Amino acid sequence: MVEQVAQMIVHGEAWTVKDLFVLPNEYVYWSIQIVMYPYMTGLVAGAFVLSSLYHVFGVEKLKAIARYALVFSFALLPVAMMPLMLHLSQPFRGIHVLMTPHFTSAISAFGIVFMTYACIVAVEIWFVYRKFIVESIHRLEKLQNRNVLENLLLPFYKLISLGCMDISEKALQADHKAVKIMAGIGIPVACFLHGYAGFIFGSVKANALWMTPLMPVIFICSAVVSGIALCIVSYYIFMEMRKWAAKRGKNWLLPDAMAHGNATMRVEELRSVQEHEVKISSKYLIIFMTLAITLEMLDMIFRGYTAVKSWDALRMVIYEHDFMKIFVYQYGLGNFLPFLMLLWPGLTTRRAVIASILVLFGVFMMRWNVVIGGQAFSLTFAGFMEYHLPIIPHNLETFKEGLGGMLAVIFTPFIIFYFLNMIFPAFMTDDESH
Amino acid sequence: MKRREFLKSTAVFVAGASISVSALDFIDPKEILAANPDLRWGFLVDTHKCVGCGFCVKACKIENDIPYDANVTRTWVERYVIKKDGDVVMDSPKGARDGYTSKLLDQNHSGMLQVPDEEIAQAFFVPKLCNHCATPACVQVCPVGATYQAADGVVLIDRTWCIGCGYCIMGCPYGVRFFHPVEHVADKCTFCYHRISKGGNTACAQACPNGARRIGNLKDPNDPVTVALMTQRVGVLRDEYGTKPQVFYLGLNKEVR
Repeated sequence: MVEQVAQMIVHGEAWTVKDLFVLPNEYVYWSIQIVMYPYMTGLVAGAFVLSSLYHVFGVEKLKAIARYALVFSFALLPVAMMPLMLHLSQPFRGIHVLMTPHFTSAISAFGIVFMTYACIVAVEIWFVYRKFIVESIHRLEKLQNRNVLENLLLPFYKLISLGCMDISEKALQADHKAVKIMAGIGIPVACFLHGYAGFIFGSVKANALWMTPLMPVIFICSAVVSGIALCIVSYYIFMEMRKWAAKRGKNWLLPDAMAHGNATMRVEELRSVQEHEVKISSKYLIIFMTLAITLEMLDMIFRGYTAVKSWDALRMVIYEHDFMKIFVYQYGLGNFLPFLMLLWPGLTTRRAVIASILVLFGVFMMRWNVVIGGQAFSLTFAGFMEYHLPIIPHNLETFKEGLGGMLAVIFTPFIIFYFLNMIFPAFMTDDESH
Repeated sequence: MKRREFLKSTAVFVAGASISVSALDFIDPKEILAANPDLRWGFLVDTHKCVGCGFCVKACKIENDIPYDANVTRTWVERYVIKKDGDVVMDSPKGARDGYTSKLLDQNHSGMLQVPDEEIAQAFFVPKLCNHCATPACVQVCPVGATYQAADGVVLIDRTWCIGCGYCIMGCPYGVRFFHPVEHVADKCTFCYHRISKGGNTACAQACPNGARRIGNLKDPNDPVTVALMTQRVGVLRDEYGTKPQVFYLGLNKEVR
């Protein structure tokens, strides 16, 4: 009996409400995880671009946040894949995309683009931290009685040093050059990684809202915006946590100190670094925000002006069904308000952080309005579908494609970052490092 | 023989041999047959004959193991009611599995709607199914090649290879695809490939009491479907997407999308 009932529930039926004339097989098939996918890849790409501003263009003022952004981008990387795996109805076959790619499909390139990008970030991190890795090996080897963590770290560092122990001035110069080259290659690849996510949507000719060549460009701009905003917010939060922990000696909150034993940060020093980095980053945030908003507006005006067959249905979705989500949440709270907050004279760290949180929310709403909004109308343009995010899961599917799955995707990068920070201290402040 | 000469003559031999071998490849009869098969399945729907009984939907669900009560279906029938003021009201409750037995139009969340008889200008039914397009969008977007087109034009899905990403469902402009509630892979009409490839008829065409549905070989000039396409005025659905659909409609109205 239970099986019979289960057989009647179709994928998508649990969260779709149909109105007027919708084709029998139409549901909101791409739900919250597909909202999270471009959101997370956007954060990856954006964080990387922020770090490259220092490494490639030599924006010295961004030095401290650049290293943090690079490591955080690496922590976000595996999570960009997670929503896709949670979304697949045959997750164990996900590997087919890498093994038997069908190259006329935009998704098939995912493996190649993603792996290329992952390699570039990994290589760049390796060059940035090579000196640190070698020094850590020497330091840990000298220690008489190592604790459990140090016993784990030593062989790991030995492994990832790849036997390259040369830290002469000449070798470090070469490292520096390599970082610059990798970051330089990384920018177009990061843009490609995310522009490509936009292409996945923009190339669906059956979907009137998605199909526009602007989609990849809009995605890239909003990606950089969200990436910088996340770096600002998380950098601030981590710095606050570190200040708090450094005062009270709570080493479990300082994974790098736990691993390397030097939590000798002065609180005042942390505060000045934090203020400085957050303010400079928010300047770049404004530049990219202007670009993103301009493109999104262009897209909307163009659709309204050309008013092709689908416009009647799109207008209903944009101006009536999703009015709150698009104009109030996305443009009002997510773009316009933070824009004013950042431009208002006398920018304080706290204001920049609150504005960045709003920007993050705005970009999330933009992804939501694209992915869910694109499925809010029937292919016949004669009916509408509403998506209701499953909050309390009653089976695996409603967990994966509900609030639970969404929160899992949001929190995983922070867990990864905690451990990654033990290996590559992202808040290292010594002057010799790159 | 000097080494230089040996290498030279080897290169000449390899080059010459590869050209002749590739020439052999060119005239592989199988390839020619696959490129120009004498079979191309097509479908003809005569909307004038459809009465909205829903037998085709019922037959399809039973024949193809689509859970009977699940709200997805490989084929369905739409009802169009065109009012005298130009408004169009449409519905397709449960894909018309149980037939249209009531004048109430199912508007989903907006409830039931009854259009008074005197306001109706005309009303008709339109059966729908996979168009087995000549340039299918679903095949193009499948990231693993799990959905493919056979040499005879039928678009099929490999249930053992589909990863369930739903990109084909999004890519189809006709909404014929869905997730199979039991198999958890993409699913759609196959023109009853297991029947037609053995000389049988599709379940829906066989169940239709009025001959509104017919499958045929478009490469055969004497096939009744081909004759109808040649001699009568037919339309296809949404040709603006460039998919070249191969399900043809007699009596297609402009309101049908």
